[in-house]
Amino acid sequence: MLRLIRGFEELALTLVKSGEITGGIHPYIGQEAVAVGVCAALRPQDVITSTHRGHGHVLAKGAAPDRLLAELLGRTTGLNKGRGGSMHAADFSLGILGANGMVGAGGPIAVGAAWSARQAGEDRVAVAFFGDGALNQGVLLESLNLAAMWRLPVLFVCENNGYATTLPAVTAVAGSATGRAAGFGIPAAEVDGMDTEAVRAAAAEAVERARTGGGPGFLECRTYRFEGHHTMERLMKLRYRTPEEIADWRDLDPLPRAAALLPPGLAAQVDASVAEQLAAARQFAITSEHPDPAGALDLLYADGLRPRAGSTA
Amino acid sequence: MRLSYTKALNRALTDALAQDPAVCVFGEDIGAGLAGPTLNLLDRFGPGRIVDTPLSEQAFTSMAIGAALSGRRPVIEFQIPSLLFLVFEQLVNQAHKFSLMTGGQASVPLTCLVPGSGSRDGWAGQHSDHPYSLFAHAGLKTVVPATPTDAYGLLRSAIADPDPVVVFAPAAALPVRETVTWELAPIPLGSARIHREGTDVTVVAIGHLVHDALAVAEELGPEISVEVFDPRTLHPFDWTALAASLDRTGRLVVIDDSNRSCGIGAEVLATAAEQMRLVAPPRRITRPDGTVLPFAPGLDRALQPQRDQLRDAVRAVLK
Ligand SMILES: Cc1ncc(C[n+]2csc(CCOP(=O)(O)OP(=O)(O)O)c2C)c(N)n1
Repeated sequence: MLRLIRGFEELALTLVKSGEITGGIHPYIGQEAVAVGVCAALRPQDVITSTHRGHGHVLAKGAAPDRLLAELLGRTTGLNKGRGGSMHAADFSLGILGANGMVGAGGPIAVGAAWSARQAGEDRVAVAFFGDGALNQGVLLESLNLAAMWRLPVLFVCENNGYATTLPAVTAVAGSATGRAAGFGIPAAEVDGMDTEAVRAAAAEAVERARTGGGPGFLECRTYRFEGHHTMERLMKLRYRTPEEIADWRDLDPLPRAAALLPPGLAAQVDASVAEQLAAARQFAITSEHPDPAGALDLLYADGLRPRAGSTA
Repeated sequence: MRLSYTKALNRALTDALAQDPAVCVFGEDIGAGLAGPTLNLLDRFGPGRIVDTPLSEQAFTSMAIGAALSGRRPVIEFQIPSLLFLVFEQLVNQAHKFSLMTGGQASVPLTCLVPGSGSRDGWAGQHSDHPYSLFAHAGLKTVVPATPTDAYGLLRSAIADPDPVVVFAPAAALPVRETVTWELAPIPLGSARIHREGTDVTVVAIGHLVHDALAVAEELGPEISVEVFDPRTLHPFDWTALAASLDRTGRLVVIDDSNRSCGIGAEVLATAAEQMRLVAPPRRITRPDGTVLPFAPGLDRALQPQRDQLRDAVRAVLK
């Protein structure tokens, strides 16, 4: 899965460069251990909410790479029929309640999903992924309080990659991420977000506690994105991280670390099968149909209400 | 039976909760039934369905969205209309956009109920807004019932609807009582009601202003035949019924207690001018542009649509 996410992101980057993906993407490269570690601790019926940097979470929860890629290309075969794109990719059949373009917005939605699971007497757990930037969104703090007061089965996963766009977390987050959770009485752990196994173990513990009525948990995963915040960044020549810092983190790349755990020869086999899968995904996505502009607002209302046209001429 | 507007909302919630176990209610002080519509619900349905929330509007609104995405039909009661500005992100950016953005995978059957919308006499700047036009503009289904029967029927339909709906119960309509002799029943969203037929001029009145329009129509009765048209839902709007009314009268006045610029009154005039039969230039009576209601009662009233303004406008379109 780590390999698949990395390969998917690399493929997506080439498609952004070639102009086939419009609007660009927020690459997840470097952070794969978080999505994979957390989702490995989940059951199929558990649900997640994701962020603007969501491809990793969506794939790790089981979405088909070919349909995610088709979504990034705005095709009818995409997860969201080409209506969502990178920042809104969702697959409800897999408990993926959507990536979200508003920082922090997924937190309370996961809390609501956890609340309804509890009311229904189901032992589903909800996970909210968010970045260090989201720690300063009031709605996320409100959500921590509600989840703690009502002991809801939700796991808050803060992917602290050190930056909110260009703003360093050290200059933006007073106190600490885990301290904020602790302030609400939520058990919080800090974990090496470059180590898939460490993330999985910490997530499994928190998920188990939540599933058995122990209330919410909070994980701060220390990680790093190797690429820019958004693919647009390359064109802007921003300087907010030193090449040395990036190189130091690249040394901690979660992929070689995970590959080392595999029996000899298996890593190469995985690489080959991922390459094949992605080639097929590319073919599927690129040859899929574009949606008909006449239906641009077809899915605006669930009851089929058709909005009036913008022009009467 | 005499039915008050607030009691009608209470009955609608009770019946919806009793009929569908997926329905639940979130809000501040709703366990005690502070605002009226949620009175006694906690006793009957319990804290698993009637959820007294901390003062965390943004979180509990999105929480309700999360619950809606997981098979529930949440209703949120907002204590103050201005709280809707706090949760614009949640309603406009999340709830409303989910269906399209997910390619139709998700729908958000969420109802927001705003009892006491508009001026409540002396509640001043931050408690007197009547922001229905904003929601119609954003494309959320927007409902403003004028009578107890309509409040019951439209709230029932809002709760049953698969999309998010905002129901504005105007403060000035809450005291309205009605003798109800028929069974209360759901009323489809997007259906207008003609309260009084007429042949000279159509007055489109929204919410509590329906009652002012009826009073003015009565007063002008001997002179001018006024049709009083209540859209009941602002989005979707019953344009077909309005066109039919204007085919009869050819003249239009709109009275709308929201701000003038980009208000629903402007939309009604524009649509009528573009597509319907008008034999005279239409008029609208609204709050001024960008209104903030001042505290002093005389100032508050001075900015709200008045009956004498309506009377003058009706006369003017007949000249
Ligand atoms: C509420 C909100 N504010 C600002 C933005 C613009 N924006 C998009 S991503 C981002 C940075 C988010 O940082 P973080 O939460 O740390 O996530 P990361 O990008 O590091 O994954 C900002 C400021 C937004 N989308 N939503």
